[in-house]
Amino acid sequence: MIVIWLLIAFVALTSALLVIVLDNPVHSALSLVVTLLSVACFYAMLLAPFVAIVQVVIYAGAIMVLFLFVIMLLNLHREEGGVRAKPWVRYLAILFGLLTAGSLCIAVVNSTVHDAKIANVYQFGSPQQIGFSLFRVYLLPFEITSLLLTVALVGAILLARRKF
Amino acid sequence: MLNYVPVGAYLVMSAVLFTVGMVGVLIRRNALIIFMSVELMLNAANLSFVAFARMLGQIDGQIFVFFGMSVAAAEVAVGLAIVIALFRNKQTTDVADINILKW
Repeated sequence: MIVIWLLIAFVALTSALLVIVLDNPVHSALSLVVTLLSVACFYAMLLAPFVAIVQVVIYAGAIMVLFLFVIMLLNLHREEGGVRAKPWVRYLAILFGLLTAGSLCIAVVNSTVHDAKIANVYQFGSPQQIGFSLFRVYLLPFEITSLLLTVALVGAILLARRKF
Repeated sequence: MLNYVPVGAYLVMSAVLFTVGMVGVLIRRNALIIFMSVELMLNAANLSFVAFARMLGQIDGQIFVFFGMSVAAAEVAVGLAIVIALFRNKQTTDVADINILKW
């Protein structure tokens, strides 16, 4: 199990690094798709199968397709891409990145995190359990989310119109 | 035991992915790559939520991931529309060229 986890973690980390390093935006988008799929594998290992499938369908299946539409619509050429920040910006960003990652990892390692004993492993994270919580306790956020999606739809159509 | 991997490993993974996204926002100048790095950060936060849902044995973390994904989808739609409108006016996606409001 640990070997599988390390493999998926390696794939996720490598593709995440490739997202921010590659020149061509299409290559970056495809690398992000690989990252999202490996995060979906993490969700499946964390007893969240419904969230894993939703991640694949919505994130990798709809959001990244939208990204690729826009990248190909804008027809960005290869010379417009790449890491073009000045060297001191690059090194400073990597330094702050290492500091952030280091402090977050120290915070995780020094705290007491332990797995809970889940009574029914096959029910936890199933659509039934999510539905029990989503449509009773979290009903108001659910309705507000539908309102949010309508607003985003109207806003996106208005912003991308050719003439006002 | 079903799972030999400790929950802290997922949290460390989430921290590392968040940092990679953060460095991507700081380094790149293409607006679309910056946007993709922000999506990477959102995914790292979602991974943290699901890890804590597993750790505490409560389903609420996964519910929050559900809402976070829908918010991310709405944000991507509006953000890409903004990028398209910007590109139509300035013919560039370089964020260093969008400097009309600078002093």
